[in-house]
Amino acid sequence: MAITSLPSSDGQELTILIQGRFDFGAHQEFRNAYERVNSTPQRYVVDLKDTTYLDSSALGMLLLLRDHAGGDSAQIRLLNCNPDVRKILAISNFEQLFKIA
Amino acid sequence: MAERLSILIAEDNAADRMLLSTIVSRQGHRVLTASNGLEAVALFEQERPQLVLMDALMPIMDGFEAARRIKQVAGEELVPIIFLTSLTEGEALVRCLEAGGDDFLAKPYNRVILEAKIKAMDRLRRLQDTVLQQRDLIAMHNEHLLTEQRVAKAVFDKVTHSGCLDAPNIRYLQSPYAVFNGDLLLAAFKPSGGMHVLLGDFTGHGLPAAIGAMPLAEVFYGMTAKGYSLAEVLREINAKLKRILPVGVFCCATVLNISFQRQVVEVWNGGLPDGYLLRGSGERLPLVSRHLPLGVLEPAAFNDKYEVYPLALGDRVFLLSDGVLETCNKLGELFGEERLLEVIAANRHLPALFTEIQQALTHFSGEQQDDVSLLEVSLVDDAELSRPPLAFADNGQSHSLDWSASFEFRGETLRHFNPLPFLLQLLLEVQGLRPQGGALFSVLAELYSNALEHGVLGLDSALKANAEGFAEYYRQRSVRLAALTDGFVRFHLQLLPEGAGGRLIVRVEDSGSGFDPQQVPVEPRDAHSLSGRGLALVRQLSERCSWGDGEPGVRVEFSWLPGA
Repeated sequence: MAITSLPSSDGQELTILIQGRFDFGAHQEFRNAYERVNSTPQRYVVDLKDTTYLDSSALGMLLLLRDHAGGDSAQIRLLNCNPDVRKILAISNFEQLFKIA
Repeated sequence: MAERLSILIAEDNAADRMLLSTIVSRQGHRVLTASNGLEAVALFEQERPQLVLMDALMPIMDGFEAARRIKQVAGEELVPIIFLTSLTEGEALVRCLEAGGDDFLAKPYNRVILEAKIKAMDRLRRLQDTVLQQRDLIAMHNEHLLTEQRVAKAVFDKVTHSGCLDAPNIRYLQSPYAVFNGDLLLAAFKPSGGMHVLLGDFTGHGLPAAIGAMPLAEVFYGMTAKGYSLAEVLREINAKLKRILPVGVFCCATVLNISFQRQVVEVWNGGLPDGYLLRGSGERLPLVSRHLPLGVLEPAAFNDKYEVYPLALGDRVFLLSDGVLETCNKLGELFGEERLLEVIAANRHLPALFTEIQQALTHFSGEQQDDVSLLEVSLVDDAELSRPPLAFADNGQSHSLDWSASFEFRGETLRHFNPLPFLLQLLLEVQGLRPQGGALFSVLAELYSNALEHGVLGLDSALKANAEGFAEYYRQRSVRLAALTDGFVRFHLQLLPEGAGGRLIVRVEDSGSGFDPQQVPVEPRDAHSLSGRGLALVRQLSERCSWGDGEPGVRVEFSWLPGA
């Protein structure tokens, strides 16, 4: 599991890339990915294209990011979800809180 | 400078012994000497030196035997033994190590090498020491933690299992292994005799996951016992969890409200895998998650919309936690939804399904499951359930017998407020009515929903003739209720002393056109009919039930004798 974050050139958007299992083990690293950046992004992208698995702790971490990014006004997109990940997000009805593509 | 060690030198040759003693004590260590193995062992037991230099060949007891005995006495503590030997052939050196030696030093002695070996052995000795200390510390902490968890678990079980999970229409499987796994099963009778059932799964494991379960269970049991509806219980649980849990901790849950008399089930699923409604006819309806889990949304954004399904005797609802689908086999494959559906499809006898699912899981993974919650609730005849009497918290001294009160609940209020718990609380202040509390609540609930649905909202029960119409009826109900601005439901309550006992007269009227007694069937039309149970039930449960007689609405009476 590896998490990398990449701010856009204008600093408005932060892309967080999650590789491997996204579960409780990723907790600290995921927080670091958005807390330890110099820019103050307006938008966030969580790229799940290399994410093999996502559990309910990961859902909790996404909620933490949402809270960090302004709660109801947060703009967060979850990109490249594979069918398994998409199913987990769907069961929890996270499309009500995040843009899922 | 290394720590000063106490070092035992066992050597039968006096000259060598002297030489070694000098070298070692010049290095700053305390020296003990023995001239044979037996002496060495005795000295070791007495003085417990930290390191031993041991000649291999000695009279009385040789170094090999002495080394074995010293290691045995030392136990877990590492007491390094360096063999002093002029032996050079490999086999002899191996014997030194096999007897428990940690290293050897060839004669003639080299001061520098001896010093280096003592230092190296001292490092090993300290490492072992640290490992042992930490192991003991961990063991102690673990013991402590387990004790705390056992106590917490006992409290947890008291709170969460205070309901009716042991009712004959419920079967469940909950992992007995993990002290806490974040899964939660709750079931409680409503005052009207129906049942609220909840299967929940908190994010995470262990204590953090279990902490949220306590307030959830308190709200669930407290509000259910007072007669609050499913939607109200859900709203309160969500608000409470949102308020007290940190962001990122929430509870996926499916909640059921089963009415045995009306033969319907209301279902709300937020975040759990599909549950299933399985009918005796073989039909299978998925109970799909349509909401965010509990504790995520602010109270104002929370959606309490539930689905309503008619039930027949023997119909079953299956609920499961994601642990069921995520059960792993030896190859790391997940059990998954498809395999579960295959098990359900292969079933020929509904009552056996619960066991079949359990067996399929065990067969698939090759072991008992430790993170699985499975729940089955079936619709049974009301009479098969023995309900506990309603519980009261006061001292039973209140006597209020002679009063009357009228309440009018208008449009705006009817949209959001359920007056039944409030009325029930008021009426159960009357001690004599308490033994009839369940019947009283059922009657009030029937009269209220009749007044609201037919009188105020103008819904037609004829719609409920089949399953689609049934769903349509409840769809219209929620649409019309949401748009409601006027109309009213009135409750007139009158209490009269009667001998040493008393009598309660309740009249319920509404703003509708009033109902036509000609249309009210004396008995439900037939056992499979999806409507028409309400008023028959009221008749059955109240002492007297009438309408007309120059008064609007329906009038019911309950009476009690002294000492009842």
